[in-house]
Amino acid sequence: MNDSFIQINGISKHFGNVKAVDDVSFQIKEGEFFSLLGPSGCGKTTLLRLLAGFEYPTSGNLLLDGSDITALPPDKRPTNMVFQNYAIFPHINVEKNVQFGLRKLGLTNDEIIKRVKDVLSLVKLEGYEERYSSQLSGGQRQRVALARALVRQPKVLLLDEPLGALDKKLRDEMQLELRTLQKEIGITFVFVTHDQQEAISMSDRVAVMSEGKIQQMSSPNELYKNPQNIFVSDFIGETNFLKAKTNSKDGEYINVNIEDLGSFKIKNNLNISENASDVICSVRPETMMIDREKSDWDICLEGKIKQTSYLGEMTKFYVETKEIKKIITVSSQYFDNQSFQDGKCFISINLNDISLLNKK
Amino acid sequence: MLQVWKSFYARSDPAKAYSLLSPALILVTLAMLIPLGLMLSFSFFTQVSFTEIDYSFTVQRYIDFFQKNLLVSLLIKSVKISFIVTFVTLLTAYPVCYYIAFYVKKNKMLWLVLLTLPFWTSYLLRVFSWKIILGTKGVINSSLINAGLLSEPLTFLMYSETAVIITLTHAWAAFALLPLYVSLDKIDFSLIEAARDLGLSRLETFWKITLPLSLPGIIGAILIIFIPTVGDYVTPALLGGTDGRMLSNMIQAYFGKVNNLPLGAASATIMLITVAIVTMIVSYTTKKLTQRIS
Repeated sequence: MNDSFIQINGISKHFGNVKAVDDVSFQIKEGEFFSLLGPSGCGKTTLLRLLAGFEYPTSGNLLLDGSDITALPPDKRPTNMVFQNYAIFPHINVEKNVQFGLRKLGLTNDEIIKRVKDVLSLVKLEGYEERYSSQLSGGQRQRVALARALVRQPKVLLLDEPLGALDKKLRDEMQLELRTLQKEIGITFVFVTHDQQEAISMSDRVAVMSEGKIQQMSSPNELYKNPQNIFVSDFIGETNFLKAKTNSKDGEYINVNIEDLGSFKIKNNLNISENASDVICSVRPETMMIDREKSDWDICLEGKIKQTSYLGEMTKFYVETKEIKKIITVSSQYFDNQSFQDGKCFISINLNDISLLNKK
Repeated sequence: MLQVWKSFYARSDPAKAYSLLSPALILVTLAMLIPLGLMLSFSFFTQVSFTEIDYSFTVQRYIDFFQKNLLVSLLIKSVKISFIVTFVTLLTAYPVCYYIAFYVKKNKMLWLVLLTLPFWTSYLLRVFSWKIILGTKGVINSSLINAGLLSEPLTFLMYSETAVIITLTHAWAAFALLPLYVSLDKIDFSLIEAARDLGLSRLETFWKITLPLSLPGIIGAILIIFIPTVGDYVTPALLGGTDGRMLSNMIQAYFGKVNNLPLGAASATIMLITVAIVTMIVSYTTKKLTQRIS
C-alpha cells in the first residue's frame, strides 16, 4: 500500500481576506478511510473541493498516486464526489444517473450495462432503475449518489457530509454500511463531516481542522485519549477544563498546581514547559466516578448535584463542589437521575485521567 | 340563512375558489371573451358597402384571405419576424441570466431590476428612440460617416425588416429575462459540479444538464415573446416602412381606413389560430429535443 497516495503539499486557499485553508500539508494512504472533521467554516469542505477540482489552490500543490493534479479540471481527475445534497440529476432516472459518468470512459455497451447492474446491487438499489430522484427517499438518494460515483471506479471517493440529511437511525445504519463497503472495494475514502462521533466511528484516521489549519491528525483512539490541544480536546467528546500552572518537571511527570485543588504530579505527554502560567487540565466526564460515599481515589470531592440529564445508557450529572468554582460534568452508567435523592454526592478523579494541555 | 350560507362556504372548496376567481373571471368575460366572440361572428359576415354589413353567415372571408397573396405572405412574414426576434432575444438574454444566476453572489435582484431599467419608459418612447439611433441621420449612420468608414448612410437600418427586428428584440428582452432567470436560478449548482465531476466538459455539462433543466424558462420566454410580437403593429408601423410591414398593420387597416370589418376579423382569427398552432409545435418540439439530448 502506498503511504503517500494523496500528497497535500502546503495548500492554501484564500477567498478575499478569508484563509479558508491555510498552508496545510499531509498525506493520505491508499485504501484508507480518512476523515476531515471540524466545525462549519473550518475549511474541511474547501479542502475536499480542492481535491475534487472545484476550487484551485492559492498556493501549494496536490499529488495523487504520484502525479500532479493541482491544475486539472474536475473532469480530468480520477476522483469522484458524493455531494452533501446528493445532486441527483432530476430530469433523468436512476439508471441514467448511474450511467452518466460512464459515457466518457470508452466502455462497450455490455460493459456499461454490467457495471451499472453491479454497482446497483452493491448499494442495494436493484429494481429502482426507472425511478426519478423525486420518487426516492433520502437514504435511497444517498445510495444513488454513491453508486453514480463508484461506478466510475475512481482512485479516491470524496464524500461531503453525505449522511448529514438522514435521520439518526438511518445514519447509524449507513455509517456501518459505508464502512463495510469501503473495506470491501478498497477505494480510498476522504470523508468530510462535522459530526465527531461519525468521524471517530468510521475512520482509520481523522484530521481535525479549525480555522483553515489541521489541529491534529491521528487514529480515532489517539484523538480521543491524547488530544494535542484544547480545541481537539473540546471538539472530540465532552470534557471538563480546569485552569492550572506548572512547576518543576520530574521525568515523564510534571508538578502541576490546579486552580482551587492544589498540587499534583501529572504525566506530561505533550512535554509542557516548567513554570508555565496558563495550562489547562482536561478531565473527561466518564473517567470520573460519582458515588454516595467517599472513595480512596487520588482526588475526591464532596458535591451537590445541580442538574441531571438521563440519556438511557448513561446519566450525566452536573455537580457543584465547594473547591471548584465551575460546575463539573460527570457521567455514570451505574447511577441514574433517581439515585441521589438528597443531591449529595462524592466525585472522584484519578490523576492518570487528567490530561495536560497548552492553552494556546 | 346567513348561518347556513356561512357553514356551506366554510366547507365548500369550489365556492371559495370561485369567489377568489370571480374578479378575474368577470374581467376576462367582459374584456376578452365578449370581444373575441364579436370578432369571431364578424368574420362570418360580409361588408356590402362602406356603411352596410350583411349579417348572413358565410365562410367567404376565410377563402378571401387565402386568395389574397399579400395577406398570406404578410402572415408568413409576421411569423418569420417573430421567430427571429424570439431567437435573438433568447440568445442575448440567456447568457445574462446564466451569469446572474450562477456567478452573482449578492444583490441578484438589483441586477435584474437594473436590467429592466430601460423598460420603465413607455414602449412608444423606446420605439421612437430607435428611430433616432437607426435613422439615415441617426446615431449609427452619422458616427460611421464621421469616422470616415462610410460615405453613404446605411439605408437598410431604417424603415425595414431589420429595424423592426432590432426594435422588437430590445422591447421584449426584459420579458425573457425573468422566466429564464427564475428557471436557471432554481438549478442547484452542485448538479453542474456533479456533471463535471462525472467527466463532462463545460460544454457537455451545459447541453446535458443546464439546458434541459432550464427548459421551462426557455419555453416560457418563447411564448412570452413570440405571442405578442406576432401581433405587434406599432413598431412595424413606425419603423417598418413597406418592407417591414406585418399582418397586424393590415388588420388595423381593415378595421380603419379600408373599412372591411369582416375581412379584418377573419384575418385576426387566422392569426390567432396560427399563433396557437405555432406555440404548440414549438413547446412540443423543444421538449422532445431536450429529452433526446439528455
